[in-house]
Amino acid sequence: MTGTGRLIRLILRRDRVILPIWILVLGLLPIGTFNSFQGLFPTDAERINFAHVSAGNAGFVALYGLLRGDSFAALTSWRVGFGTVMIGLAALLTVIRHTRADEEAGRTELIGSTVVGRHAPLAAALITTAGASLLTGLLIFASLAGKSGSVSGSLAFGAEFVAAGWIFAAIAAITAQLTGSARSARSIAIAVLGASYALRVGGDISALGTGSLSWLSWVSPIGWVTHIFPYGALNWWPVVLSALLTAVAIAVAVDLRGRRDLGDGLFAARLGRANATPSLRTPLALAWRLHRGLLIGWTIGLGLLGLIFGGVGGSVLDIAKDNKGLSDIFARLGGSDQIVDSYLAGTAGIVGLIAACYAVQATLRLREEETTGHAEAVLATSVSRLAWAGSHLLFSLLGPALALFAEGVVTGLVYTQGDFGDILGGVMLQLPAVWVLAAVAVLIFGLLPRWSLAAWAAPAACLLILLVGETLQLNHWLLDISPFTHVPRLPGGAVSATPVLTMLAVALVVGVAGLAGLRRRNIPD
Amino acid sequence: MSEAIDAEGLIKRFGKVTALDGLDLRVRTGEVHGFLGPNGAGKTTTIRILLGLMRHDGGTVRLLGGDPWSAATALHRRLTYVPGDVTLWPNLTGGEVIDLLGRLRGGLDPRRKAELLERFQLDPRKKGRTYSKGNRQKVALVAALASDVELLILDEPTSGLDPLMEEVFREVVLQEKSRGDRTVLLSSHILAEVEALCDRLTIIREGRAVETGTLDDLRHLTRTSIQAELTGPPDGLATLPGVHDLRTDNGKIRFDVDTDALEPALQTLVKVGVRSLVSQPPSLEELFLRQYQRDER
Repeated sequence: MTGTGRLIRLILRRDRVILPIWILVLGLLPIGTFNSFQGLFPTDAERINFAHVSAGNAGFVALYGLLRGDSFAALTSWRVGFGTVMIGLAALLTVIRHTRADEEAGRTELIGSTVVGRHAPLAAALITTAGASLLTGLLIFASLAGKSGSVSGSLAFGAEFVAAGWIFAAIAAITAQLTGSARSARSIAIAVLGASYALRVGGDISALGTGSLSWLSWVSPIGWVTHIFPYGALNWWPVVLSALLTAVAIAVAVDLRGRRDLGDGLFAARLGRANATPSLRTPLALAWRLHRGLLIGWTIGLGLLGLIFGGVGGSVLDIAKDNKGLSDIFARLGGSDQIVDSYLAGTAGIVGLIAACYAVQATLRLREEETTGHAEAVLATSVSRLAWAGSHLLFSLLGPALALFAEGVVTGLVYTQGDFGDILGGVMLQLPAVWVLAAVAVLIFGLLPRWSLAAWAAPAACLLILLVGETLQLNHWLLDISPFTHVPRLPGGAVSATPVLTMLAVALVVGVAGLAGLRRRNIPD
Repeated sequence: MSEAIDAEGLIKRFGKVTALDGLDLRVRTGEVHGFLGPNGAGKTTTIRILLGLMRHDGGTVRLLGGDPWSAATALHRRLTYVPGDVTLWPNLTGGEVIDLLGRLRGGLDPRRKAELLERFQLDPRKKGRTYSKGNRQKVALVAALASDVELLILDEPTSGLDPLMEEVFREVVLQEKSRGDRTVLLSSHILAEVEALCDRLTIIREGRAVETGTLDDLRHLTRTSIQAELTGPPDGLATLPGVHDLRTDNGKIRFDVDTDALEPALQTLVKVGVRSLVSQPPSLEELFLRQYQRDER
């Protein structure tokens, strides 16, 4: 542990921009949402009515979680429930960046030769991330304790975010020990986070209906923390559970670190082929080798999500049947069919955004290839820049298409009461919007390569617009920035060709501009 | 075509920094050309321009008779490249990388590949992430040397290799050289390597070529070290033009002398009377250091 303090200072120096950003954005998101709810519902009746409708809306429950209570504070904690996934993501990325990524790049070796203990890098990463999560929680507590009227509730609300941050920091600490590459460590940790969210969605939707699958929420850390209900039932014991899981996960990570050598993973590297197969002879064949893990992972992941979304579709129907008061409201909204349709269309939007993350990730492989020097080796052979970029872009365009297709097919097959074509169509209609975000990533990579990571701002912005856009009563032009605002809603909506064709044209123009930039610039830049 | 590489007045800027400031580089077909310079002098930038990875801001450059920027892919069929900092795809084996790079260029000789793997003692079955720096370097060297091409561009190719493997590298390059039709541009810090392999060399400093020519040409520009035991005092030697750093210890004198002042200096010594004499020709090291030191002044 010697040297941990110095390493913490090094992390704070390296992350001096990104850490304050995520602490401030996530820490102030609740109070912002609280204020806008106050503006949105001037009377108690309006607010209570909204709470009742929302509590039974499966699309809302899928996205945000279960709603308990009808106060402004309760609505706020429900609406920013997805924030627990965001803080989990921030925490796991931070931990892996300062453990396995450093180790893979050889920086840990350099540091390890100085007076620094073997466990110091892991300890420093965990302490910094835990501290940042704690600050986020404190911001939430401090900003809401007075306004919400409940000090203990605000404390629990802060603890909800802290718990999510700590759990996924600890999980990342484990995944960082498993393999030699930071990318796989990151992928495994994100897969755990995604599975936690999906399980939470399944459990909560089921709880709305028959409740037969509501236990799913209890095998998911995201389920635990969103079931604290700080301004409703106020359970403290998910916090205890989270603290226990964090402690156990850290102990496992430390134990794994003690068993392995620097640079190694837990899985020993095996010997491979001495010669390439005859098919490994084109840029496309190389891109397939580099992208296939990602493609298979995302396709299976989205397929599983389809299983959950389709599986709980039946529960959505039951809600309308079982609850007299609710079915009246639904009848006013256009009948129970409408409710299921809006749920399915809503989940299609979520799936679209997830696929967009895949598209951005796949596109940014180009930049990774450039910074690691692999691109230089390939481009020094008789492969043109366009052939090189095109071989990767094929995967960032068709990969999400395949993953979306898997989700749509599984949802359609599992939810037997729906129209298969409409369900699949609703999911596939997300593709043009996904491609727009991929094209934005190409544009940044082509023109401002050093800013390539900024391509992640596009799906992040679309997610924020989806989550809080209506609540914050954003201007319509701001909502319109997100291509997902323009996707025709299926099932239940009307499909018009104009937005689809417009988005395809935008994606094409933006993507071509990016490629034109790539043809002219230095490699590496 | 007598020149494989012909760059004149090459200029490259990165923002406010001028990396190449009117660089001249001429490499004749069939020669091994040393490309020397301290870190940051612009060697890698020059090579990236030659490979069409970067575009120059001024001057002219021809590579194998073509424009390296616009005809990049066609020219690349005729050359191979070993980058200074070799990184391999973590999940591809060394053997796969060698085959892939060769095929992307248009093919490689499997027998030659097997022979080189043997000589460099490289296990091609290991995954990229498990190779040491030296072994990664070997992967890139085998990939480059197993192809039958006109031009080899090697950017510090032996960094990370152990002395035995450096020797193997020298043998292989000399073998290539003996074929007579292969041109090699060898960027290096290792002066003994350049001395052993190169016909001609170019020294660059701060983005400009400061010396270019054969090793013998360049030696004329430098000094020979003399160490002698004399029978009497070395009168008149200190004032002789071209004699530098004259010092005496225990009756022995040491001094450096410009190559064109060697004869008068020796005559002076003979006049005094010589008991013993050691003369050391200028090494490339000294040549290089002189350029370096001029830098620092």
